[in-house]
Amino acid sequence: MATQHSRSAARIMMAPAVILLLGWMLVPLTMTVLFSFKKYLPLRGGDLGWVGFDNYVRFVSSSAFWPSVQVTLVIVGGVLAITVALGVLLALLLDQPMWGQGIVRILVIAPFFVMPTVSALVWKNMFMDPVNGLFAHLWKFFGAEPVSWLSEASIQSIIMIVSWQWLPFATLILLTAIQSLDSEQLEASEMDGASPLARFGYIILPHLGRAITVVVLIQTIFLLSIFAEIYVTTQGAFGTRTLTFLIFQRVLESQNVGLGSAGGVYAIILANIVAAFLMRIVGKNLDS
Amino acid sequence: MARSVTQQRKAINTAVAWAVGLLIFFPILWTILTSFKTEAQAINDPPLFLFFDWTLENYAVVQERSDYMRFLWNSIIIAGGSTILGIIIAVPAAWSMAFVPSKRTKDILLWMLSTKMLPAVGVLYPIYLVFIRLGLLDTRIGLVVVLMLINLPIIIWMLYTYFKEIPGEILEAARMDGATLKEEILYVLTPMAVPGIASTLLLNIILAWNEAFWTLNLTAAKAAPLTAFIASYSSPEGLFYAKLSAASTMAIAPILILGWFSQKQLVRGLTFGAVK
Repeated sequence: MATQHSRSAARIMMAPAVILLLGWMLVPLTMTVLFSFKKYLPLRGGDLGWVGFDNYVRFVSSSAFWPSVQVTLVIVGGVLAITVALGVLLALLLDQPMWGQGIVRILVIAPFFVMPTVSALVWKNMFMDPVNGLFAHLWKFFGAEPVSWLSEASIQSIIMIVSWQWLPFATLILLTAIQSLDSEQLEASEMDGASPLARFGYIILPHLGRAITVVVLIQTIFLLSIFAEIYVTTQGAFGTRTLTFLIFQRVLESQNVGLGSAGGVYAIILANIVAAFLMRIVGKNLDS
Repeated sequence: MARSVTQQRKAINTAVAWAVGLLIFFPILWTILTSFKTEAQAINDPPLFLFFDWTLENYAVVQERSDYMRFLWNSIIIAGGSTILGIIIAVPAAWSMAFVPSKRTKDILLWMLSTKMLPAVGVLYPIYLVFIRLGLLDTRIGLVVVLMLINLPIIIWMLYTYFKEIPGEILEAARMDGATLKEEILYVLTPMAVPGIASTLLLNIILAWNEAFWTLNLTAAKAAPLTAFIASYSSPEGLFYAKLSAASTMAIAPILILGWFSQKQLVRGLTFGAVK
């Protein structure tokens, strides 16, 4: 089938992409790993030599480390729980016959296209501001004391903002999965007298299992590295310093590159554990 | 009887779905509405929904004070440039993997995808350092290259899935008729691949437009795109809701419109074929 000629042509055509990605992966990765074994303070003496695993130990034993891991897990877990649960409900709703389905779909998907800095700032100022925000107006209307959301309920507020951004993604993918469900199966079960709840539990949910897994994995990879939402709202204050933000502060704000790089290596390992699961699913799908 | 029941159910579905849809869309709608108010009206208590004096003043002020067009232009160059460059590099690679697959094709595809999983913050300083050394910090070309590289796996992957759907027999028939490789690509493959390439282009412009890690960390004044421009509103002085809204509306409007056209591609492009 494929001739020798076309095989070598194929290799040449792939070369630029492979070489670029290889360079993009290996060069910075090698540098990060090298820096992580050095005492490296660009503004205070520069490269001060090798220190072994010192940075790795110091990064983990600093008082900011465990809280940052905890915050990261709470935010990722919270957003996943909200987006998957609401995503399934929304997908079921959007799958029903209705008037103006196309427009509703557009309304629901829209937040995904809003750039992170815009959504974070709009939520922060126009909704969550304790004086002029819409929530404050709403609270006062019902006679309650307005809440200073981003300082008093900072983590919940961030989860809320990020969930709003990612709910469309979960909904869209779950809706695609629901639509691929064999409708005859559902009709048959309806004829057999299965209640809507039973149909959901025994047919729809198992069918969605794989899509939910994919949503969880892909979102986890993106959520582990959310940055702009925290950068423009709290700057990591009020207990919202995630692992990503902690590393960012170590590297660019306090310019402790060795320490930050050790943190970076931890983040890379963490992301790779999640990615490995995703790769297995994607890989299986390539075979079929 | 049965008909009226389903009609009734449809009406309920419609009402619930519209209510939920509008609720989710509300922050965007509110931003757009606020952009047409004066600053005083923007913080009026109770909030004003539709009955206020509509004004375009904020848009003029945003452009005048902050040179909005420059940021917009940077966004266009960075998002457009990185996507086009990515497609130029990705088309041959995706083509060869789809039509001349080898034993290693699957591994290469998965490896490419895995580079996308690398957390940006883990390589922040190396990239920052390379940028300083090469004089790329705060330049558009630097960001074009970085955003091209972070989206290249998605571009290759999407193109690969589209090319896979083109029947190989047609290419073989062209080959039998004596078409050279170049002719095969130019006259047979390209016309069939255009829709796929267009969808890939669309989705990646959206992703690059909204990218907010590298654009915030690698730009200052000259090359800053809209993501960074909006972030500069995070520590404002005085009344600014209406102006923030006007700036935000201008920043998201083009991509909202593009996004509505690319709903279907979104699933394909972001799940790497794992959900169909």
